[in-house]
Amino acid sequence: MEYKDYYQILGIGRDATQDQIKQAYRKLARKYHPDVSKEKDAEARFKDAGEAYEVLKDPEKRAAYDKFGANWRNGDHFEPPPNWDAGFEFRGAGYTGGDASGFSDFFESLFGHDHATGRRQQTFRMRGEDQHAKIVIPLADAYHGARQTITLSRPVVDPSGHVTTSPHRLHVAIPKGIVEGQRIRLEGQGMPGYGGSPAGDLYLEIAFARDPLFHADKRDIHLTVPVSPWEAALGATLTVPTLGGDVQVKIPPGSQGGKKLRLKGKGLCAGANQGDQIVTLQIVVPEAKTEEQRQLYRTMAEKLPFNPRAAMGR
Amino acid sequence: MYLQGVILNEDTRCTLADLCRLCGVPAEVIHEMVEEGLLTPEGLSPGDWRFTCVAIKRVQTAVRLQHDLRVNLPGCALALDLLEELEELRRLLRVRR
Repeated sequence: MEYKDYYQILGIGRDATQDQIKQAYRKLARKYHPDVSKEKDAEARFKDAGEAYEVLKDPEKRAAYDKFGANWRNGDHFEPPPNWDAGFEFRGAGYTGGDASGFSDFFESLFGHDHATGRRQQTFRMRGEDQHAKIVIPLADAYHGARQTITLSRPVVDPSGHVTTSPHRLHVAIPKGIVEGQRIRLEGQGMPGYGGSPAGDLYLEIAFARDPLFHADKRDIHLTVPVSPWEAALGATLTVPTLGGDVQVKIPPGSQGGKKLRLKGKGLCAGANQGDQIVTLQIVVPEAKTEEQRQLYRTMAEKLPFNPRAAMGR
Repeated sequence: MYLQGVILNEDTRCTLADLCRLCGVPAEVIHEMVEEGLLTPEGLSPGDWRFTCVAIKRVQTAVRLQHDLRVNLPGCALALDLLEELEELRRLLRVRR
């Protein structure tokens, strides 16, 4: 079991006052609340802060915890000495922190489950808890629809009442045309219910993996396509990739860099909701490497009366 | 056997009863949220209310914010609006890059 340095977690000294503890916790809770925070480990930090506060806000628990001394470091291997809690009463303090079911082994072995009651146990709902998870899928899976096997870690209570996590595998159909940020609800796939009641639901939020070519904006797929100056000037038919395969795209003569072409229905489509692919032209100028090539540019400069800065009056 | 979920988006609708069941809250909580403008259902009376399934996330987030950060209902409505705006700005930033 790993030692948890509750003072370090809250970022306070061991001599902090109860008010300072409260302030430090509230600040961290706002910063790392999973609904608000974009930090990668927000959920874990939020839980840690809740656990630390659960102990330090209660003078009795804090005194018992302090007895271990200041020489332990976060993550040290730790076993509480026998009868370490003799003379302390952990009662009376209401539960206010994060979700007690997520508290660490360290907390549980010291203070047990009875000292902290989860928020959902307080209400008398017997239905299992809902679970929320984010899954990252390739864009192509959103375009075509796909089948995925995902593994979620799920807390399980073993016969001795100890909470561990175990991997839970699910085979999920990703519907065609799903959009980033959308959620899929899987009924009855959340945590099991209490006393024969139905299980909770599982909510999967969709995120897209970074794609080297495409990026999605809601239903539209954006792609930047490099073109040569003569293709842009004279017009051309280009082979352009889409998530559904290559298509031929005609670009009109006199196209400028940054011009956008819309390929109808080539984005993320689900039923009547049609997404398009937006192709942005990027004019790439070839480097003149030989004297002959440089001469070509000089000829253009002579024969094409053109001032790109005319609008600036320069 | 692959599980088919229900997509929760602007096109799918749910009733007051659905919303209460899905979010595990009594109807009074939803009433208060509608009064606060945190939810804007279609339909005039609670029996006719139809929420988009995006409302499910708003209710779930509001309940967590109230519990975890002791934010009151007007504060939740404000936080949700600001979070949505933040999300929209992040999206625009991604598109520009």
